[in-house]
Amino acid sequence: MFRRIILTLLLVFSLGAQAEKKVLTVAAYPAVDAIVKAALPAWQQKHPDVDVKVVAREYADHHTAMTTALATSSNLPDVMAVEYGYLGRFAMSGGLEDLAKPPYLAHQYRDQFVAFAFAQGGTSAGTAGGTGGQSAIPTDIGPGTLFYRKDILDKAGLQESDLTSSWDAYIASGKKIKSTTGAYLLAHARDLKDILIRANVPAGEGVYFDAQGKCVVATSPRFKIAFEQAKAVRGAGLDAKIGAWSNEWGEAFKRGNVASQMMGAWLGGHLSNWLAPQTKGLWRSAPLPGGINAAWGGTFFAIPARAVNKELAWDLIRHLTLNKEQQLAAFRQHDAFPALKAAQSGPFFEQPIEFLGGQKARLLWRDTSLAIRPTAVFKHDPIAEEIVNAELDLVLTRDKPIADALKDAGAMIDRRARR
Amino acid sequence: MLKASVPYLFLSPFFLLFGIFGIFPIVFSFVLMFQQWDPVQGMGAMQFVGLENIRFTLEDPWVWKSLGNTFWLAIASGLPQHLVAVPLAYLINEKLQGSRNALMGAYFLPYITSTVAIAMMFTTLFSTDYGLVNALLEALQQWPLPSWLIPQEHIDWLGTPETVKPVIALVVFWRYLGFNLILYVAALQSIPRELYEAARMDGAREWRIFWSITLPHLRPMMMFSMTLSVIGGLQLFEEPFILTGGKGGVEQAGMTTAMYMYRTAFEFNDFGLASAMSWLLFLMIAVATWLTNRAFGSQQESI
Repeated sequence: MFRRIILTLLLVFSLGAQAEKKVLTVAAYPAVDAIVKAALPAWQQKHPDVDVKVVAREYADHHTAMTTALATSSNLPDVMAVEYGYLGRFAMSGGLEDLAKPPYLAHQYRDQFVAFAFAQGGTSAGTAGGTGGQSAIPTDIGPGTLFYRKDILDKAGLQESDLTSSWDAYIASGKKIKSTTGAYLLAHARDLKDILIRANVPAGEGVYFDAQGKCVVATSPRFKIAFEQAKAVRGAGLDAKIGAWSNEWGEAFKRGNVASQMMGAWLGGHLSNWLAPQTKGLWRSAPLPGGINAAWGGTFFAIPARAVNKELAWDLIRHLTLNKEQQLAAFRQHDAFPALKAAQSGPFFEQPIEFLGGQKARLLWRDTSLAIRPTAVFKHDPIAEEIVNAELDLVLTRDKPIADALKDAGAMIDRRARR
Repeated sequence: MLKASVPYLFLSPFFLLFGIFGIFPIVFSFVLMFQQWDPVQGMGAMQFVGLENIRFTLEDPWVWKSLGNTFWLAIASGLPQHLVAVPLAYLINEKLQGSRNALMGAYFLPYITSTVAIAMMFTTLFSTDYGLVNALLEALQQWPLPSWLIPQEHIDWLGTPETVKPVIALVVFWRYLGFNLILYVAALQSIPRELYEAARMDGAREWRIFWSITLPHLRPMMMFSMTLSVIGGLQLFEEPFILTGGKGGVEQAGMTTAMYMYRTAFEFNDFGLASAMSWLLFLMIAVATWLTNRAFGSQQESI
């Protein structure tokens, strides 16, 4: 009897001792994993009894692993890093904790973040100021910018404003660049289409679907304009027909065969680190033509609904996203443009960027980020993008009439979206 | 009692692993075929939809396009493999004694190299503006050759629907030629030498010997390796995936059924549809294998 009591007491104490040392699991991809690891020392000072495990996988593998984890509700991390491209599916799945509810009450922090980024993490059609749920908190954003080669422009006798005043001016400049220097204006006509379909999306709507979830590809004027401009670019021979992130794309930058690239501001870091470091000083960053403001990518942090240590996870997320020092450190070391408005000022932003020839581009990117409007994300966005790209290929290579292409695309998307 | 169960104990590891990683996924996939499941929503989100997935698959134009691509690639890459491997095996077996192993090893090397590495190399080789193939064609322009033979501009090998399929077929052919060569050389070893000697003494020429003695004896091995080529060709995934950058290429020219299935499951998050596609592909492969059997299997011979 006595032995039993002793044994039980020992068991209870050992269990208690185990329960004290918690393990917080964070799943991320490069470079978010490095950012999290760099932030841990400061956070663990406040929580000395917590072990943090950072599980890092490559970008695509990470999201596949998260898909599997959500599907089986096992091996779920406590803090999940999600990139913008996957946020729509995960947010709409119901597998992420609603951070607008108590005890998180994320909406109290809404004004501290760049408006569009916070709205993207919401679950109710992404409208800014919406009162719906919040699936994820933004940590970094990718304000869109036009990177161009100043030396090629100079050779063609053009100014930056010739590129950016309007889309027609952009294409006209491209023709001049091609005839005088032989360089292509952009990597692929599809890039132009991608940005034009994101221009002037009405509030509450997505890129491919409206607020009710109906496909707008066949009816919206954005798509018609986008296809027409892409066709014009291809017809004038201004695009290099190179897909982004391929070996040829990097090679084209190294050799100066492509004069401009529209992408998130983080491309500057990639160009200077590994894509084309020898072209230092030749690039400049400009606002997107036609006064458009758009974002490329962006990282969010979410908590799975079935995670174990949700309170600690929320604490870590707040440390990573609301802490000004943390956001600035991530920006300095890993080019992660802060989503926190308070971190978007200071000497670092005023610093001239050597790779861009001394341009103080960060100020430009900040202004862009504050002007971007959020677009709603839908579950069927990936298949819609695939179908629209396929129809654009037919327009560009087989001369399919644009009206037919858009009609077919709309029909196919409707068919898939009904499921 | 215990002694009787010992054999089963020894066999159990295999059956356990086979059950978990072989049988269970097949059964689960069959069940999934009748459900609609978005994996991100968790296990509870499975909805029974009956034959809806199957109907959708049969009506999807991209499924049929991918099946067409798959069959084209299977034939275009499989047939040359065997047409080249059989005579080559005969020549190596008959004419080479010392350097035979080295040559066979050289041909076999692509088979044991990582597919991803190979595909990346070929992507670089066939690059439009920076690749060696186009550079070679450009150099050939210096020679006095008719202009219809040598293209005047750089060919966009991987970006044009007409050329991306031959490139994929070429890579697959190059990769599996050595494997088939090894199989055929092994089969040729088993043909009795007396038959050849008798034929030569009777004055038969090389071509006659090849046609009347070698080929019939090779028939069982041909059936075996053809079946492997058929199955492998219809399941083609890695080479098209890397060569088209994971997207299937312009006009889905490089999208095989396996690739479309993978994308449906993991990019478009529709597991039920992907399962239906996989069973449709299984049916096709079963039919193709049966046809191969009919063509090559014969009543007297056996492997």
